Amino acid sequence: MSMIQTQKLTFEYIRRDEEGNVEGITRAVDEVDLDIKEGDFIAILGHNGSGKSTLAKHMNAILSPTEGTIYVAGMDTRDDEHIWDIRKSAGMVFQNPDNQIIGQIVEEDVGFGPENMGVPTEEIWKRVEESLKAVGMYAYRKHSPNKLSGGQKQRVSIAGVLAMHPKCIVLDEPTAMLDPQGRKEVIRAVRALNQVEKITIILITHYMEEVVYADKVFVMDKGSIKMEGTPKEIFSQVEKLQNLRLTVPQVTLLAESLRKEGMPLSKGILTVDELMEELKCLLL
Amino acid sequence: MPIIINHLNCIYEAGTVREVKALKDINLVIPDGQFIGLIGHTGSGKSSLIQHLNGLAKPTEGEIYFNGEDINDPDFDKKKLRSQVGLVFQYPEHQLFEVDVFSDVCFGPKNMGLSKKETQLRAYEALKMVGMEDEYFYQSPFDLSGGQKRRAAIAGVIAMKPKVLILDEPTAGLDPKGREEILNLIKSLHEQMEITVILVSHSMDDVADYVERIIVMNQGEVFLDDTPKEVFSHQEELEQIGLTVPTVTDVMRRCGKLGLSVDEQVTTLADAKKELLGLYRQKK
Repeated sequence: MSMIQTQKLTFEYIRRDEEGNVEGITRAVDEVDLDIKEGDFIAILGHNGSGKSTLAKHMNAILSPTEGTIYVAGMDTRDDEHIWDIRKSAGMVFQNPDNQIIGQIVEEDVGFGPENMGVPTEEIWKRVEESLKAVGMYAYRKHSPNKLSGGQKQRVSIAGVLAMHPKCIVLDEPTAMLDPQGRKEVIRAVRALNQVEKITIILITHYMEEVVYADKVFVMDKGSIKMEGTPKEIFSQVEKLQNLRLTVPQVTLLAESLRKEGMPLSKGILTVDELMEELKCLLL
Repeated sequence: MPIIINHLNCIYEAGTVREVKALKDINLVIPDGQFIGLIGHTGSGKSSLIQHLNGLAKPTEGEIYFNGEDINDPDFDKKKLRSQVGLVFQYPEHQLFEVDVFSDVCFGPKNMGLSKKETQLRAYEALKMVGMEDEYFYQSPFDLSGGQKRRAAIAGVIAMKPKVLILDEPTAGLDPKGREEILNLIKSLHEQMEITVILVSHSMDDVADYVERIIVMNQGEVFLDDTPKEVFSHQEELEQIGLTVPTVTDVMRRCGKLGLSVDEQVTTLADAKKELLGLYRQKK
């Protein structure tokens, strides 16, 4: 079943000067056709300003397309009737953890979503417990969010979305402001949600290492999708990625440069473990 | 103008239950012209340390000498210090405020009390140095792309002609190409202006390629302070405090463990490539 499907999705920003006169139009998303299946782990790559975030904001009806359509769990986002069902199906996590946490205590914050949806109190507590356990933050349920680390805060934000029982979570650069430890925590939590809870994940990121585990990768540039495929397929095209202002994981870069010098390594090596296996055969 | 940090201690909310020892007995000498990487995970004391270096925070105990003078001496000219020790904060583009890029960059030198002509000359030089095209000079800074905004913000500090430039995670939130551009910019500023640069970063891969000295902070203390090669040879210790070594160093160390004779202190991609190719050709 399709979780998110777009047909010629287009979004235009109208730029205005100080008096409000139209200066011009920027096409942030340009005729995107996407089909994301339920249970997929999708990664979207692209340089700053490539249209990733604008596309993501269509997935829970924060933005409505200028042209074309987007269906979330089979519902058209332009249909006002479905707006709350859409936001329940597709939750969103943003870049800055400090902008998303409102509760005084971790468990209150996580309960905010289901409470707003009118979930009965007992059920809310059950969901809060489940969600916090799923992201490994249950031990901190009585803590104040502002004393947590960035990675912990971001996991609380994810729990807050999870408590609404979404089918799909869209994460817009959730690790951009975190240190390597926090990044690892968040990515581990996200992968577990995908594998254990079968939640569809759409991860937008600049960190190539985080994309390695995705089922499918989309690369965006100038509002449209320029490349799509498995991480292996995408990362074996080093030059094409570099032309799109992106890069590949450092280990892929190393393997690629060795391959060019005549070492018979396979294309698209993504992890140090993979490289070590092949080096063992070649060098020992 | 060297900086000497002598038994620096910093305690936040001293005497209360929430007392935090942010810096514990820091002793460092920062000679002229070094390119230093300051590394540590969130909460390790990096930011507290750099705030002390330009007088934004006052030590609880200990002294900081800039060019032989104690910067916390009541007679010391703090304003002059701040123009000589330039601090570029995280997400510096959030501090852009003027109507156009050029005026924004003028703000620093203007506040130093320089003449209008000198101010404008410095702003022009600084913008040229960060690679800003003339056509952007009179645009609103808010119309620039993320990477350009960051350049404009860095130019604002450069225009004060600091002797020491401190940058707090200058690449956070940028795409891979943008990261590389900013790091190359910092490198060329270091070479052209012959200034001391302190680069605060989470990314070991970035730092390894650029700096000549790495200071690792952990729990308010200096954990390691040496050349990149030496620092990254402490892989186990670094991992214990939640940091990693560059990917290529990891590959080389794992080769060493397999019994291959390689230089395990390699920190850059080019060196790793040379080592592995050498082994391969020898074998063949």
